[in-house]
Amino acid sequence: MSLEILSTGPMLSVQDHGRHGRKRFGVPAAGAMDRPAMDLANALCGNPLAAAALEFTAIGGSFKAGRALRLAVTGGECDIRIGERVLAAGQSHAVEAGEVVKIGALKGATWGYIAVSGGIAVPEVLGARATHLRFALGGVEGRALQAGDLLPLGEEDDDGLCLRPRDPAPRPGPIAPERPIRIVLGPQDDYFAPEILAQLETARFRISPQRDRMAMVLDGPALPAARGHDIVSDGIVSGAIQVPSSGQPMVLMADSQTTGGYPKIATVISADLPRLAQLPTGAEMRFEIVSRDVAEDILLAERARLREVLASLVPATGMMLSSGFLLSCNLAGGIVEPEAVMGRDLELSEDTAA
Amino acid sequence: MSIQAHDPAGNPGAAPAFLAVGDSALAVQFGESVDPEANRRVIALAESLTDFPLPGVLECVPTYRSLLVTYDPALLRGAALEAALAERVAQLQVSAEAARRWHVPVVYGGEVGLDLEDLAREKHLTSEELIQLHSAADFRVYMIGFAPGFAYLGGLPEALHTPRLPKPRMSIPAGAVGIGGQQGSINSVTGPSGWRFVGWTPWRAFDPARAEPFLFAAGDRLHFVPVSAAEGAEIAAALAAGELTPTPEAAR
Repeated sequence: MSLEILSTGPMLSVQDHGRHGRKRFGVPAAGAMDRPAMDLANALCGNPLAAAALEFTAIGGSFKAGRALRLAVTGGECDIRIGERVLAAGQSHAVEAGEVVKIGALKGATWGYIAVSGGIAVPEVLGARATHLRFALGGVEGRALQAGDLLPLGEEDDDGLCLRPRDPAPRPGPIAPERPIRIVLGPQDDYFAPEILAQLETARFRISPQRDRMAMVLDGPALPAARGHDIVSDGIVSGAIQVPSSGQPMVLMADSQTTGGYPKIATVISADLPRLAQLPTGAEMRFEIVSRDVAEDILLAERARLREVLASLVPATGMMLSSGFLLSCNLAGGIVEPEAVMGRDLELSEDTAA
Repeated sequence: MSIQAHDPAGNPGAAPAFLAVGDSALAVQFGESVDPEANRRVIALAESLTDFPLPGVLECVPTYRSLLVTYDPALLRGAALEAALAERVAQLQVSAEAARRWHVPVVYGGEVGLDLEDLAREKHLTSEELIQLHSAADFRVYMIGFAPGFAYLGGLPEALHTPRLPKPRMSIPAGAVGIGGQQGSINSVTGPSGWRFVGWTPWRAFDPARAEPFLFAAGDRLHFVPVSAAEGAEIAAALAAGELTPTPEAAR
């Protein structure tokens, strides 16, 4: 069974946790730009976190379900509809076979995620389903998805409950543009004069429109390198802030190549990279320098926090018995399936009646 | 962040510098320049980590003079990894050169090797002399990067050093054999390139559908064997039919 793509926004691709273990052969990781948001979408649909889902920017598109499934949209608030029904981002919804889900504009975020129960079951390429556009790896023929594509779906192995986080949110943590993006200096901070390193922390930078899955260019003061802007090429990680001869910093993102020849003044910490990816174009931001040791502590705490969010999903039935919600969880085309909404409470009332 | 002072002379035999690369990777840097000895140490350390893994280490990316090591700080903190790597480096056995050797067939000139005649003219050589120089060279794979399976080759004879084009060409096919600055290359995927191209190999350095998707690895030795256009086409057909798999001369 499949998910049919009827229309798309400017960029829709299959992503997962990315391709690992082959960086020494020049294979970039790819994978979700905002992994915590994609993990939440998968968890809401009862999927393993490593399942493949769809990533979009600006506008999702419209999708026809080839079978009954649950679907969740995360990353930011978003206009989601099935016919007249308006659905909330950040929780899963039951979709009947043949129904069309329309996913509109993402608000206050850059990358949205659409997970469906069972996951997107395109074949793995080099150990992952993630699409790398430039090298045409993974996904559907290594390209952005387009109208007419039929995506194979995996087996569901869950009880089919619609879920939401205990504290409802379209992403497991705020993007918080006012909070600084934390960085660890290096590996080539010694290419830059002390006053330039200081400027890195005091200046404000703006997210420029030159951004994609490979890199984000930041507008702001130039960061000239005293020792020049060419190094003997070395290894690169996502989050690296490289500075070419223009002096304009560029943060390398999920699709970045594995090696490069520009000095890298600093590296965005793992816990803050998804927030940076989500900042809207034109947003202002600033950096804050932390030590490697502190960055590692932050990463471990952030992982624990995300685990806690995903471990405390609750049935979306619990507190939200609005008519819109009831309709969104219907499992039988227009007729509300009582068990899906009421769960044990219904059994209890029947027992009491008996 | 430089944790240990650089050796000012960039002597690759000195203790390496450990550079923080965020919270999940670090670089072990042996000197500041392209140097076969530094590269041997990089590759020896990568091999040591493959043969005797450190729990918590995820991946290694060998480059010219630096080894990127990624790790999971839940299992191994950066400071502890640095200490463990310093110990490894101190005991590192850098073998003379127990490398695999590749004999790569090349059709020189033609549609893909479009720069052959111009380059020969620029260097006051005949095309035959240029081919002779290029195919006599003993290349070393310094690193794989830029694109999946793309090998950066050291050992290009000085007479063939050529700057890159100021404006890259938009589409150079996989298999194109190129020259960029002081290095040689074999294009592994079709794409834009500012390098100059002297020939084409029917071999595919990267084929995701092949059991072993990548032919070359850092540390391999390589030289080019001139073949005719007809031989090149035959090799391509045999590869496509699965009758032939490129194989190296085994490591000594």
